[in-house]
Amino acid sequence: MIKIEHLSKTYTSRKGDVIALEDISLEIAQGAIYGIIGLSGAGKSTLVRCLNRLEEPTSGTVLIDNQDIMKLSGKGLRQARQSIGMIFQHFHLLQSRTVAENIAFPLEIAGYKKKDIAKRVQELLPLVGLEDKADVYPSQLSGGQKQRVGIARALATQPKVLLCDEATSALDPQTTVSILNLLRDINQQFGLTIVLITHEMKVIKEICTDVAVIDASRIVEYGPVEQVFIQPQSTIAKEFISSVFPNELPGDLLRELATHPDSEIVRIHFLGSRASDPIIADLMKDCDIRANILYGSIDHLRSTLFGTLTLELQGSPEQLTKAHAYLSARGLKMEVVQNGI
Amino acid sequence: MGFDWSILATPNYWPNMLHVLSPALWETLYMVIVSTVLAYIVGVPLGVILVISSPQHILPNPWVERTLGTVVNIFRSAPFIILLVVLIPLTRKIVGTSIGTTAAIVPLVISAAPFVARIVESSLKEVPYGVIEAALSMGASPWQIIRKVLLPEAIASLILGFAITTISVIGYTAMAGAVGGGGLGALAIDYGYNRFRTDIMLITVVLLVLIVQGIQSIGTAFARKLTNH
Repeated sequence: MIKIEHLSKTYTSRKGDVIALEDISLEIAQGAIYGIIGLSGAGKSTLVRCLNRLEEPTSGTVLIDNQDIMKLSGKGLRQARQSIGMIFQHFHLLQSRTVAENIAFPLEIAGYKKKDIAKRVQELLPLVGLEDKADVYPSQLSGGQKQRVGIARALATQPKVLLCDEATSALDPQTTVSILNLLRDINQQFGLTIVLITHEMKVIKEICTDVAVIDASRIVEYGPVEQVFIQPQSTIAKEFISSVFPNELPGDLLRELATHPDSEIVRIHFLGSRASDPIIADLMKDCDIRANILYGSIDHLRSTLFGTLTLELQGSPEQLTKAHAYLSARGLKMEVVQNGI
Repeated sequence: MGFDWSILATPNYWPNMLHVLSPALWETLYMVIVSTVLAYIVGVPLGVILVISSPQHILPNPWVERTLGTVVNIFRSAPFIILLVVLIPLTRKIVGTSIGTTAAIVPLVISAAPFVARIVESSLKEVPYGVIEAALSMGASPWQIIRKVLLPEAIASLILGFAITTISVIGYTAMAGAVGGGGLGALAIDYGYNRFRTDIMLITVVLLVLIVQGIQSIGTAFARKLTNH
């Protein structure tokens, strides 16, 4: 759906050049909810704004639905933008227009007939749960309601892609969840491709199918969310993940919990149905070792179970090797936390 | 030198006063309304161009912004009384004469239009750029942004600016009166000052205060009504 190739953006000023994006290449599949996460200043906002050219890239190409966005100008670009919806951190609603008039705005711009505009607005209001707010001005709405208007407005012209520029960053945690649920519903209902940028791993964890981690103007890691969460490669990705799954004890504390000084401590990551398999019982039976549960946590990634279990394994080196083989044969990702003393 | 206030009690004082005042009042209103409207017709597009041609706006153009800004500044820095005199040849070309109420409108417009441009510019700059970017992201053209975003979003501020402009123009018309433009200003000088009619001076001043007060109140009320936040 979206193909970004070697995208770079350099801001030139008298004080010197500032690199905002460096050689970014990403492919975003139709129907994906693609999260781009990074710290502030990493370049993520610039990246999403390059996709509809609110920001002009220095080099590289962006293909959306096989259309080269970089080659467009004037009217062509404006028409392409009508099929790329966008929502913003601070909503950017028109204060002089009611909710219904705000939703009608992109339709007016696209030149819809009055009758069609009214009809489309009536479809969109219930979709975002604002049937009773049609004639209210944005100043009378809460942050979450404002973002709902933003979403309805972005969807008005039935775009193929929705860009979310820190769409939940100005909202409280509860409202964030309700907005994310709305985005997920829209994604499932209309097969809309969503690109969202955020600095909150929670957002990625709740709704994204794929994630790219951006750090210092470069993509340092990307892939399906499950893959990145279970096997993060970069330090920054690990830090982000520990912000949502902080329930990991440091090695020396685990060592204190262990009953046997020569035992091995392993951490096993679960995903999906494996989280409910009787792994430990089987492990003890098949490998003839003693397993002592030190610590465990279970959570979810989107609608999939995701958890870790920290075990103390006691047995001979041969038995332990067998246990490792047993776990990897079951497709579980295991790491040794601290090996003996 | 004292003024004999018993004159107010003489028969026919008020009918006579009305007879003198009403043409002057109409002249003032005529000058103010026509020159404010014309100044807006010229000034609004200039203000819009100043805003959209500025850096980081929808049609950045440093050359246009700087040139227009300089021209506006030149006209704004010339004292109105000087402009009145300097523009006599131009006025004569446009109106056919350089004396009279209609003739005063030419220098009034030329001095008010750059003022309007700056007032409109500052109102339009209050519109957060994020809202304009949102419109850009929907594929709005520059013209659509001006018509559907910039002007409507700034409407309350524009109306307050309109009140300020009208009031300034009233002040200018008094000066224009001094050089043959007529109106309340001329009345105050001719009768009140030159003929020592303190009563006429006072009444014209009171009338001007009332007009200014009225315009400001109407402007404020409209602006409040149109503010949706």
